[in-house]
Amino acid sequence: MSRKYLATPYIIWIVGFTLLPLVSIAVSAFTGDDGSYTWDNILAIAEPINRQALLFSLAIAFGCTLLCILLAYPAALILKSLRLGRKGFTIFLLVLPMWMNFILRILAWQMILSKNGILNFIVGKFGGAPLAIGNTWIALMIGMVYDFLPYMILPIFNAISDIDEDIIEAARDLGAGGMAVFCKIIFPLSMPGMLSGIVMVFVPAMTSFVIADILGGGKLQLIGNIIEQEFMKSMDWHLGAGLSISLMLLVLIGLAFTMRNDLEEKGTSIW
Amino acid sequence: MREKICAAALALSGVFALGGCGKAEPEEYLTVFNYGEYMDPDVIDRFTEETGIGIKYEEALTPEELYAKYSSGAIDYDLVCSADYMIQRLIEEGEAQKVDFSSMEYAGNIGDRFWEFSKAFDPDNEYALPYFYGTIGILYDTTKVDAPIDSWGVLFDGSYKNDIIMQNSQRDTFMITLKYLGYSLNTSDEGELREAQELLIRQKPDVQAYLVDEARDEVVAGNAAMAVVYSGEAYLGHEYNEDLAYVVPKEGSNVWIDSWIVTRHCKNPEAAAKFLDFLCREDVAEKNFEYIYYSTPNEAVVENMDEALRNDPAITPTEEDMANCEVCTQTDPEVTKLYNELWKELKAD
Repeated sequence: MSRKYLATPYIIWIVGFTLLPLVSIAVSAFTGDDGSYTWDNILAIAEPINRQALLFSLAIAFGCTLLCILLAYPAALILKSLRLGRKGFTIFLLVLPMWMNFILRILAWQMILSKNGILNFIVGKFGGAPLAIGNTWIALMIGMVYDFLPYMILPIFNAISDIDEDIIEAARDLGAGGMAVFCKIIFPLSMPGMLSGIVMVFVPAMTSFVIADILGGGKLQLIGNIIEQEFMKSMDWHLGAGLSISLMLLVLIGLAFTMRNDLEEKGTSIW
Repeated sequence: MREKICAAALALSGVFALGGCGKAEPEEYLTVFNYGEYMDPDVIDRFTEETGIGIKYEEALTPEELYAKYSSGAIDYDLVCSADYMIQRLIEEGEAQKVDFSSMEYAGNIGDRFWEFSKAFDPDNEYALPYFYGTIGILYDTTKVDAPIDSWGVLFDGSYKNDIIMQNSQRDTFMITLKYLGYSLNTSDEGELREAQELLIRQKPDVQAYLVDEARDEVVAGNAAMAVVYSGEAYLGHEYNEDLAYVVPKEGSNVWIDSWIVTRHCKNPEAAAKFLDFLCREDVAEKNFEYIYYSTPNEAVVENMDEALRNDPAITPTEEDMANCEVCTQTDPEVTKLYNELWKELKAD
């Protein structure tokens, strides 16, 4: 009985920092400037400018997630094949950049990609024409993939590590080649990890605005940038809250759809 | 710009009440509210030494924070220094007390033109005393342009493609365009604002980036030929790189003025007036200037300045520079809404 009290700090945490903010955002979202009840702020997501930003965010988040999977999967396979000591060290190296504030790392990318930056210096040394990557969507994509990649590698690696060697050996005994083992055993069994990775990459990529501001030079407008503007510059908290709620709902619906099949399986999924 | 300097002051922020260093504790006190790092601490000591009036000094980072702290009512401030539009708001809300500047000994050091500019937010010069000011202009690399720049036109005529940094702030960016088109930067005419937006949309492909704090750094680093910056930033810019020049374009620009007001809470207006007069005294104003390096409206200080500083348009804009400049005043809620829409459309393009 008394053990239940141990949960108190977490209950306070959840109520104070998750539920209350959500409620206050919802209240702002469903009221207008004059305090009356309205759906306008929620539906504002369908206005041309907001819709355009939403679609652009979707495209960027989709591309970022796909690139992360393509980069993370081989990395996880390589990690699995390493000996124990090296494995730990390699994972440490992968996680190490996350010890530094991400805005600093994004600012570093800005220096690398800018017109007189490090990349163009190197390209110039080899006699190439300077690349104009800075302040474009390509720079945004590079920054996002760089930032979110560890969140894809680690869950996939965990899932793959959990696969019982005996199953793979059994498959080989029964005559499966490397390709068949991968397609029929490793890939399906790593799905839960990949789904976690997708959640951890897609959602932040969809909602971020800082990376777009820094690497996009203020010329790219994600839905996150619009929400930020409503809150910080236009001081229209009602509209900002309404857009946030719509975005949250869209992401939830999307995830529920993706995760539907995953629920029956045991998994390392965070859902 | 101011934020940056203030950030350095974060560590020092808070209250520091300065007594008369070893002498008797002062009987009278004034509570002064200012930005961080926006007054030489020696000046405060000296005031207490000379007058026996103690100063309780409070700091804020931005006009918005200052306003929030002020209106919370936790502390009764006697004197407040803030940006023009915030002073306008405080005056309109009845928070300011009239001050008789004509009876002050040194208020005459403040140049006439600054009293004129102040009229934008204090129509009869009854409340606000100018403290520091500055302009917005173009900081450019003289090695990367064909001829000295004197017009906002270079930003719009396509001659420096992908070499331009604009301000990532809707009011500042629209201000430039409105001035270039020959309109007032305080216009509330939808047609004029839409015309400005159209020009900005056409300009966007030539713009390398819309930045705030990093705008200056990009020109210093040679990534861009020119950037729209605040004059205080420009001064720091050519400390780093001698090839940089700053110009307030001939079409005019925005001039901002930070001013002092005495609040309605002040129970000792005489002491407050003494403090304001003290700030205008040449040696005090000079000390503050050498601490902050923004443009000072104190003409006695300007006269005795080093020639290099006096001829630097980032520190001392000429009469000519200032001729077409305007002070930004607060817009009506409807106009603010329109600005927000137009800005989003520009960014979406």
